[in-house]
Amino acid sequence: MRRRTVSVAAATVLLTALAACGSDETTPTLTWYINPDNGGQVELARRCTEAADGAYRIETSLLPREASAQREQLARRLAANDSSIDIISLDPPFIPELAEAGFLAEIPDDVAEAVTENVVQGAIDGATWRDQLVAVPFWANTQLLWYRKSVAQAAGLDPENEPVTWEQLIAAAQSQDKYLGVQGIRAEALTVWINALVASAGGEILDNPEAPADQVQLGLESDAGQAAAQIIEDIARNGLGGPGLANQDENGAMLQFQGDRGSFMVNWPFVWAATLAGVEAGNLDQSLVDDIGWALYPAVAEGEESRPPYGGISLGIGAFSEHTDLAIEAAQCIVTPENQAYYMVTNGNPASNTEAYDDPEVQETFPMADLIRESLEAAAPRPQTPYYNEVSTGLQNTWHPPSSVTPDSSPEDATTLITEVLKGERLL
Amino acid sequence: MSTTQAAAGEVSGAAGDGRDGGRVPLSDRARAERRLGWWLAGPAFVVMLLVTAYPILQAFYESLFKYRLTDPDAREFTWLNNYVVVLSDSIWWRAVGVTVLITVITVAVEAVLGFALALVMHRALTTLRPILRTAILIPYAIITVVSAFAWFYAFSIDSGFVNSWFNWLPGISEDTNWFGEFGTSVFVIIASEIWKTTPFISLLLLAGLAQVPEDLQEAAKVDGATWWQRLYKVTIPNMKAAIMVALLFRTLDAFRIFDNVFIMTQGANNTEVVSFLAYRQTISRLEIGLGSAVSVLLFLCVVLISFLFIKLFKVDLASARGER
Repeated sequence: MRRRTVSVAAATVLLTALAACGSDETTPTLTWYINPDNGGQVELARRCTEAADGAYRIETSLLPREASAQREQLARRLAANDSSIDIISLDPPFIPELAEAGFLAEIPDDVAEAVTENVVQGAIDGATWRDQLVAVPFWANTQLLWYRKSVAQAAGLDPENEPVTWEQLIAAAQSQDKYLGVQGIRAEALTVWINALVASAGGEILDNPEAPADQVQLGLESDAGQAAAQIIEDIARNGLGGPGLANQDENGAMLQFQGDRGSFMVNWPFVWAATLAGVEAGNLDQSLVDDIGWALYPAVAEGEESRPPYGGISLGIGAFSEHTDLAIEAAQCIVTPENQAYYMVTNGNPASNTEAYDDPEVQETFPMADLIRESLEAAAPRPQTPYYNEVSTGLQNTWHPPSSVTPDSSPEDATTLITEVLKGERLL
Repeated sequence: MSTTQAAAGEVSGAAGDGRDGGRVPLSDRARAERRLGWWLAGPAFVVMLLVTAYPILQAFYESLFKYRLTDPDAREFTWLNNYVVVLSDSIWWRAVGVTVLITVITVAVEAVLGFALALVMHRALTTLRPILRTAILIPYAIITVVSAFAWFYAFSIDSGFVNSWFNWLPGISEDTNWFGEFGTSVFVIIASEIWKTTPFISLLLLAGLAQVPEDLQEAAKVDGATWWQRLYKVTIPNMKAAIMVALLFRTLDAFRIFDNVFIMTQGANNTEVVSFLAYRQTISRLEIGLGSAVSVLLFLCVVLISFLFIKLFKVDLASARGER
């Protein structure tokens, strides 16, 4: 009896080994962990598999929807040296944390040079940690100011030709009895907003983002931090963000903007594709689309340039991958300007490579393509620190709900909480 | 098979209670049955040790370190420092306060509602009872995350129907943002929790109701006791054990509430509860040490609740065992 069990087990092991050999000999499979989109990354994986002509095959594996949940899953897997992670679609704020932990494979200098050619500066900065490119820029996102032409006209504003300030928007929404589209939910969207406000006011959330946890200095207790808090206070206290401001995300802001009381909104370009889709489906009226205008992100002070939010996805290479070189090759294939243009047209996610914007289809689908490129050049990344999660959550905890924000207390509260948390003296 | 189980149960019950007075030497048969009982229960006992004792010990061990998952080289033994950090932090005490508030309200409301439902089921016609029981059980059969989403969307300001259905009530309008402040958020969290778990408590109480001897009821009726008097003097005292077990289970459950808060508010507006706090330190912040300390403290809270119930209210788990 025992002998038979042993022989069966041995046969099984042998067969498995043979099977493994068989698949190894044919094509190595690369697993690309992707964030949910409209199927564009799956198509890019297919295209690059085809282009590789048998050198490798790319399979995609879906990450959770929320950026924070993506980070959690990746960090847990990489901490356990998961070798199945070859290529990763990474949200830029989390790149320093994974890079610092040694979870991302090094990108050779020649590759780094090639993949940063013609790429907007914001995307290069976002993929860099300690002066080393640690991820391949893929697509780059930025927020624009979207406005209803009718409301802007009635309020006497011309955002297309004259840069507008938050103060002007607040006054306009008040005089026209409309809502401003901003993101007040206690989530990453709130950090994005705060960071853009602080950066536009000439400040920074962290003075020394590369410092060790217990030496990080915050820059919120400054004129810029107070100016940012003042804007949020003005919007929230006057009810200008709408009744749902405290849990309004990007999608909620868009729905409100499309409604009767929509006026001005800061949001990512996905709203354009989503609104067009709404018209096509018959849920929205064509007159709405005709009434929508776009401009650069609003400034904090008149005469000063705004620093719009920066987002997007860069491709990291798993440090424990068995095919690092193939994965780097595949990442280079994924981010070619043609593929970025395809991705932008079909999925609405702006390219990081400026060449892609010359694509006629991109220009046709996104009438504001040149503005997006301009906004990307001016965009300010969120604090690049391995402790980004603590900084962002600390901000969200102290600056939420928006109606509780004041210039006198909020910057100080955030500074105290985040500093203490980073020193390990407090919970978060 | 069934006879063996019953016999083993009896033996261990008698041995465990120790109520038989003096220690009578066990007969060979009793000893063999006890051994069989251990053999039967042994594997389950080992599995329990593996899946509960091991993680608890592991969590306690981890809680003594300063350890961040993305910075394993900086792992450092810090004795009980994590506990000092947690216990000296207002965030922990606020989370405990919110958890206790939710627990007390849900369990109190559920006990009353559950008892009423149990009475209805108990008195229902025999033909109707199975249908009624199934109907009442439906909310309990729904996965908590799903029910949390259902309640979340029902009350949400952009896609919910509650605001437009109930805007005739004072305080509710089209613009009521239920998840915008503490009171209303907690109300929805508690309401969904009650909706979902009342069936559980009512089933436990129904089992208790079935245990109340019918002749006692009849005797009280003959003596002229009203319905209320019978409820207070006969029914409830006779099912005290069942009530206490139901309350104990629900309190332990409610204290560990997670899903509703996770889905509906993510802890916004100070609605953070203890399990969510543990989740955020361990999973979101990847601070394994600090998170483990919170988990261990949560475990101690649960132990304390069980202890209080058993010692203070004298819940006799043995007498409630095997009821139904």
